[in-house]
Amino acid sequence: MKERGSWPLWEVFLRGRRGLAHQHVGSLHAPDWELAVQNARDLYTRRGEGVSIWVVESAVIHASDPDDGGPLFDPPADKVYRHPTFYEVPEDLKL
Amino acid sequence: MAGAAADPREAAFQASIDAERSVEPRDWMPERYRATLIRQIAQHAHSEIIGMQPEGNWITRAPSLRRKAILLAKVQDEAGHGLYLYSAAETLGVSRSELVEMLQTGRQKYSSIFNYPTLTWADVGTIGWLVDGAAITNQLALTKTSYGPYARAMVRICREESFHQRQGFELLAQLSRGTPAQRAMAQDAVDRWWWPSLMMFGPPDGSSPNSAQSMKWKIKRVSNDELRQRFVDMTVPQAQALGLTLPDPELNWNESSGHYDFGPIDWDEFAKVLNGDGPCNAERIRVRREADSGGAWVREAARAWAAKHSHPAAGDAA
Repeated sequence: MKERGSWPLWEVFLRGRRGLAHQHVGSLHAPDWELAVQNARDLYTRRGEGVSIWVVESAVIHASDPDDGGPLFDPPADKVYRHPTFYEVPEDLKL
Repeated sequence: MAGAAADPREAAFQASIDAERSVEPRDWMPERYRATLIRQIAQHAHSEIIGMQPEGNWITRAPSLRRKAILLAKVQDEAGHGLYLYSAAETLGVSRSELVEMLQTGRQKYSSIFNYPTLTWADVGTIGWLVDGAAITNQLALTKTSYGPYARAMVRICREESFHQRQGFELLAQLSRGTPAQRAMAQDAVDRWWWPSLMMFGPPDGSSPNSAQSMKWKIKRVSNDELRQRFVDMTVPQAQALGLTLPDPELNWNESSGHYDFGPIDWDEFAKVLNGDGPCNAERIRVRREADSGGAWVREAARAWAAKHSHPAAGDAA
């Protein structure tokens, strides 16, 4: 049973159609990247959901800490002047 | 309730749930929330995997190429659904091999519906119509479950599952309009699958021990009995359209409640099948074990190939 566990985990990203960015759709296990792409084709594109696949080994992804959510993401909240709605402009002008 | 020495993080967790914020894998969560989800998602994944067997038995005997192609696609979808769900469970810290092990040793269960045999071709249609219909009713509610990876897997599964139900309905409609023998075959299958389908929603709310906590954590959004009622209300008109009878003399429209009343469910049978004494329990696990050991050489070969020909995966680094 152990051998299955040693297949690394891969994150799968699909480009839905040309012109769109790749988006994360899920993950799967595979022994190498070629089989990961192959398996992703079978698992995530059975109904034409994608025209391009990326696979990235889960182990190489670095992520922000969810506990840092506040300190990391709060600062923009008081910078309302970064949004166009902050500014008053004549209503009859297209601006 | 035990564990009253409350962790202060628990109150914050519940507040976040109450505010309809999804829980994501790296968030802090109570151990019981994690354990409940692992058990539920694993059981769901195992059901998809075991669920390939009753229908898979008919692939070589499908009556036309069209039906064979449809059935192959459906069974392949079930495999896919199992894999989405295993991935969701793994985000909670359990490994794939542990999950497979727990299925094969019976430490985790799968839906007891798959312990019933598929005796005739009409069973394939009835499973699509009733069993997948019941599954969709349950899964639609789960698309709003509080754990993000589980909810996302459910959205994907629901999108794919509706073809399953429609192909089953169409198959039964054809049989029902066919020869008297075909019609009788369809009715016989519906007679056998109706009650087990109602049992798929689990015990009545009054005797469902984990339900209250699961509802509080918004893992579960709708109660077993309410989902069951939704399914009955949806299915009765479909049965009428098929010209088939649901085997319950007490099934009647209730003007005052605005729902269909239905007769009592045999919960002793449910308990018996769930605890291993159904018609196919032993066979399902035996077939699963054989598939696992029979595929061992493929996994072995793939790993040997990867070691020889690819750049080593980062996760494998010694």
